[in-house]
Amino acid sequence: MPSSYPEQYFPIVLQIAIAMAIAGAMVAASYLLGKRVRNPVKDSAYESGMVPVGTARERFSVKFYLVAMIFILFDVEVVFLYPWAVVYRDLGLYGFLVMFLFFDLVLWGFYYMWKKGVLDWSEEPPRS
Amino acid sequence: MPASLFPPYEDLLRILPEIVLTIAGTLVMVLEPALRPERKRLLGGIAIAGLLVALWGTAVANLFRGPAFHQMVVVDGFATFFRALVIVVGILAVLCSIHYLQRERPDSGEYYALVLFSVVGQSVMAAANELIMIFIGLEISSIATYVLAGYLRDDRRNNESAIKYFLLGSFATAFLLYGIAWIYGAAGTTNLVEIRRVLSTPELAPPRFLVGVSAALMFVGFAFKVSAAPFQVWAPDVYQGAPAPVTAFMSAGPKAAAFAIFLRVYMTAFEPISNRWEPVVWLSALATMFVGNFAALLQNNIKRLLAYSSIAHAGYVMVAVSAHSEIGTAAAMFYLAAYAFMNVGAFAVVTHFARQGEKYVDVDDLAGLGHRQPVTAALFSIFLLSLIGIPLTGGFFGKFYIFKAALEAKLYWLTVIGLLNSAVAAYYYLRILVVMYFHEPGEAAQTVSPVAPGVKIALWASAAGTLLLGIFPSVILDFADRSAALMK
Repeated sequence: MPSSYPEQYFPIVLQIAIAMAIAGAMVAASYLLGKRVRNPVKDSAYESGMVPVGTARERFSVKFYLVAMIFILFDVEVVFLYPWAVVYRDLGLYGFLVMFLFFDLVLWGFYYMWKKGVLDWSEEPPRS
Repeated sequence: MPASLFPPYEDLLRILPEIVLTIAGTLVMVLEPALRPERKRLLGGIAIAGLLVALWGTAVANLFRGPAFHQMVVVDGFATFFRALVIVVGILAVLCSIHYLQRERPDSGEYYALVLFSVVGQSVMAAANELIMIFIGLEISSIATYVLAGYLRDDRRNNESAIKYFLLGSFATAFLLYGIAWIYGAAGTTNLVEIRRVLSTPELAPPRFLVGVSAALMFVGFAFKVSAAPFQVWAPDVYQGAPAPVTAFMSAGPKAAAFAIFLRVYMTAFEPISNRWEPVVWLSALATMFVGNFAALLQNNIKRLLAYSSIAHAGYVMVAVSAHSEIGTAAAMFYLAAYAFMNVGAFAVVTHFARQGEKYVDVDDLAGLGHRQPVTAALFSIFLLSLIGIPLTGGFFGKFYIFKAALEAKLYWLTVIGLLNSAVAAYYYLRILVVMYFHEPGEAAQTVSPVAPGVKIALWASAAGTLLLGIFPSVILDFADRSAALMK
């Protein structure tokens, strides 16, 4: 088995080579064939894009970070929920109990977050 | 669908300590926001109770030895030994922390949950028999420890410690994971016993190059976690910056667990190619001892000094690993137990003495402690003498067994160098003793407060452990010997 590694990976190498060749050819073609026009209109954001204002590296509230974490909490929940729903009948009681345990833990996480004031968006700082 | 989806109840009993610790940790998290700040020390009590139940769970699991969950984990003497060790370290660390936390950050009790979760990870590492489980355990343990290192989030050095630990730690874990990917590609399995079978069967043996790369990459990950040279650079900064009780915890628990997986992977899966990894570990052991001991000579900050000393001790254990024998494994286990007690004890003294904002952490601050608090100073002396390796302490027998194993493996040069290093190490430990007993009491010793009850228990327990291992080493060593012999 192990001696045939290079042969096994040959198609992948081939695919990478073709992909790189196509991409390179496109960039090269537009570089060689295209006209180059540079003026303020051409350099601005395309079509209905937003005109950039100021720097993108601003400080923003830590609440966005918390929201991102809440999102993960529920996102992961749903990620597990869908496949479980598909095979619910096959897994039967075992699957139900395991998922129950999982939701239980997620819910306690939600409870913790709520009590900590993460959902409280008023101006005064939440209890740490 | 068959009812066989349910794991047999023996399997659940085999991971009883992890189950108990997870429940206790979750309980702490849930109770934390419901408690008023002055009652948060209750959570420390819950954590200790959870750890004690988990210790009992370890004993229960030990009655049901054998693999569980499709060979993902295995309960053997080795696993039981390290599970018990990391849980005991957890108890000692929590005892040290209660007073400290109330002083530095009274509004928060997640600390105890993080300690519990970290111990869960270490416990998984102790019992893991499979590379994915090893990785998961390592991550559970590490992520909790990263947070603990920066727990006082308004403190600059805490932040420095956490960010350094996190960035370098995740980088090192990536190496480990990449090594796992390579060995899976080469051997077609992540089970340690299976890998060993594949590597030792000539018809199945994968190309040497693939296995070599894998072993090397995994060595990087493990060496980082045990702070062995040349991957030890993070340790002094992280240990110095983190809160003192956290340093006590992470210099003992995660390190012992990391050595557990190191030993298990290299003594089981990579045992057939031991002649190839032995020189690497040999060199690393050599460099670790030198770097740790010689850098420690120059330190004045006591946390930094103990951090370098902890690197040096990792070097001694690496000597035992490079012996790659059952005696070597048993010696490493014994040494890690002795090291855990003496090191946690030493950091408990630092925790006690540092005061608000860790003001007094220089060696010179200890001047005159011997007059002001003779008992604390005497206990500290026990830990320091054990760290030097003076007879009647655990550190002596630890070193003795390690060098005995090294001699039996014909590692003469490493033994000689190790002994010379121990002599060098005596200098910086004795310096602390001299400052403590023969210098006039300074401001720090004049104002020292009585030892907090939790720290007091931790100090006495660590001293008892250190002396027990020094006077009756056979209690632990017999167990370690039997466990090491049964590991394959």
